Amino acid sequence: MPSPLPAAAGLGFKPEHFATIHQTRPALGFFEVHAENYMGDGGRPHAQLAALRADYALSLHGVGLSIGGADPLDRDHLARLRRLIDRYEPESFSEHLAWSSHGGDYLNDLLPLPYTDETLALVCAHIDEVQQVLGRRMLLENPSTYLEFSQSTWVETDFLREIARRTGCGLLLDVNNVFVACTNRREDPRAYLADFPLHLVGEIHLGGHDAEFLPSGPLLIDAHGSPVADPVWALFAEVIDRTGPLPVLIEWDNDVPDWPVLLSEARAAQSLIGQTMTGRSRHALAS
Amino acid sequence: MHSHPDLIAAFRDGLATGTLPPGAKALPAEIDRRFAVYRNNVTHGLIEALATRFPVVKALVGDDFFRATARLFIAQHKPTNPVLMLWGEDFPAFLRGFPPAAGLPYLADVARLEYARGIAYHAADPPPLTGEALARAATGADIACVALHPSVQLLRARHAFVTIWAAHQPGAAPGEINPLQEEIALVLRNRLLDVEIWRLTRAESLFIVGLGKTGHLLGAAGAARVADPRFDPTHLILRLSAAGALISRETTDV
Amino acid sequence: MTHMPTALGLTASLAAALTAAAGAAQADDMKMEKCYGVALAGQNDCAAGAGTTCAGTSKVDYDGAHWKYVPAGTCVTMKTPTGMGSLEPIKS
Repeated sequence: MPSPLPAAAGLGFKPEHFATIHQTRPALGFFEVHAENYMGDGGRPHAQLAALRADYALSLHGVGLSIGGADPLDRDHLARLRRLIDRYEPESFSEHLAWSSHGGDYLNDLLPLPYTDETLALVCAHIDEVQQVLGRRMLLENPSTYLEFSQSTWVETDFLREIARRTGCGLLLDVNNVFVACTNRREDPRAYLADFPLHLVGEIHLGGHDAEFLPSGPLLIDAHGSPVADPVWALFAEVIDRTGPLPVLIEWDNDVPDWPVLLSEARAAQSLIGQTMTGRSRHALAS
Repeated sequence: MHSHPDLIAAFRDGLATGTLPPGAKALPAEIDRRFAVYRNNVTHGLIEALATRFPVVKALVGDDFFRATARLFIAQHKPTNPVLMLWGEDFPAFLRGFPPAAGLPYLADVARLEYARGIAYHAADPPPLTGEALARAATGADIACVALHPSVQLLRARHAFVTIWAAHQPGAAPGEINPLQEEIALVLRNRLLDVEIWRLTRAESLFIVGLGKTGHLLGAAGAARVADPRFDPTHLILRLSAAGALISRETTDV
Repeated sequence: MTHMPTALGLTASLAAALTAAAGAAQADDMKMEKCYGVALAGQNDCAAGAGTTCAGTSKVDYDGAHWKYVPAGTCVTMKTPTGMGSLEPIKS
């Protein structure tokens, strides 16, 4: 799917890196920020985001809409998002197939939902509302999950495909989430990706994960606190080879490293994007 | 059939109790550990949010005590929306009524100060009065009115909350503190967007209160003189203006 | 009427203060660069508070069943009538 974001590697913006970014203006496709962290009235967060936005394409990534929740969407929150979008005119807005609020409590985590006809209708109604209020198409991200629901009657790839068909939204493919969720479900991530509607993907996320060990095998946790793991790089190389160049984000949110470490992750992603553009050395990093 | 609201409610409740939501599926030997990932993400994420907002409170009680306290606070005072920068307003009152912290009576006041710093940090950006506007005000000093920047907050405490806070900043010189000293704090954000905390005298605080109420400089200065006949507003006006804390009455609503 | 001299004096000091502030602000306006709010190196923006997360954690933090904690933090010497106090744990 053609994306308004440049088909290049981008980074999640962390305020501690602002001075370096502002002084060195590194060549990057875009920056991504969490919308909710820029919902204050003013001060340093907005001063920095405005400066960043003047130099780079911007992806606004929401984490708090609770699109998969049972409650109606928070109208105040949608209005805050609308104001932010009007102010910064980001190239992209994305959110998650997850829920985070219920009964007035915001839980600050992306929680799982069963994939049923009921939740399909609910999620689609929520996305319709988001796209209507924001006046733009959004991208929906596949989640990391740690358990499943016996209620589910849809597999995730079909569920996402059907949401996109009904609402016209695009998809954000988080390859680390695919690896984490499939490993945790004891499924083959390559089979998942083979079934994923890649033509709907407007952005790719890559991030690091942690691992614990259960009797049946590893339990991976989407911790965003380490480099992208080798098997995730390998899956990404296969995906980008099939899709051609796309905007690709490195997410590193916990234990944020020094700027050069982040930049080198973005460079690694950029190099794989570049290889698809020139069509050479396929699967070079797949080992 | 409306099973989704029931499931979500059960999932949310289970985050606190450990009871699995209906339909949660994994190997029986592993299911609790898997659900615990979500329980842990929610609790850890909110504890970290509180710890980042109240770093001096955390330093005053230590990590274990803080995390245990935060866990209890979170059980009763979840954020009500995803704008976490506004969350924690109830934490000072919670600490005040928290028996295990009774030995640290100044803790709630330090928490109020830290919350106010966050509010100042994220406050709106109305432009400070320009040199031209200040010069105009000087020609009609008896009727001149100003407004205070939205980051400006006045706090009074029966404890040395500013001194205690300052002692926990990088590079602070160690020294003995009498926590029972009353203090008045002015929290504000300066032109470089850094948050500052000033200690004010009672007369200075009355001047600020007056400015906040009517904006009338002469009236505010007169009120300050009631508390201290020798009060001279010059120093505070210069300081406020240098920080960009004096704004036009017309821009207070933007 | 007895307050008049005071009010006049106060008005005069206000005028002087505003004039001085005007001079300083004009100097500021002249050299004012666009402010991006760059924090000093190594300085934490604690006032920012924590942000939202879309990541999980493997740090275990949810289980706090038994209250056994006493405050054990400060690096400041406090002069209090009771000292730091020995605190009774809550009986469960």
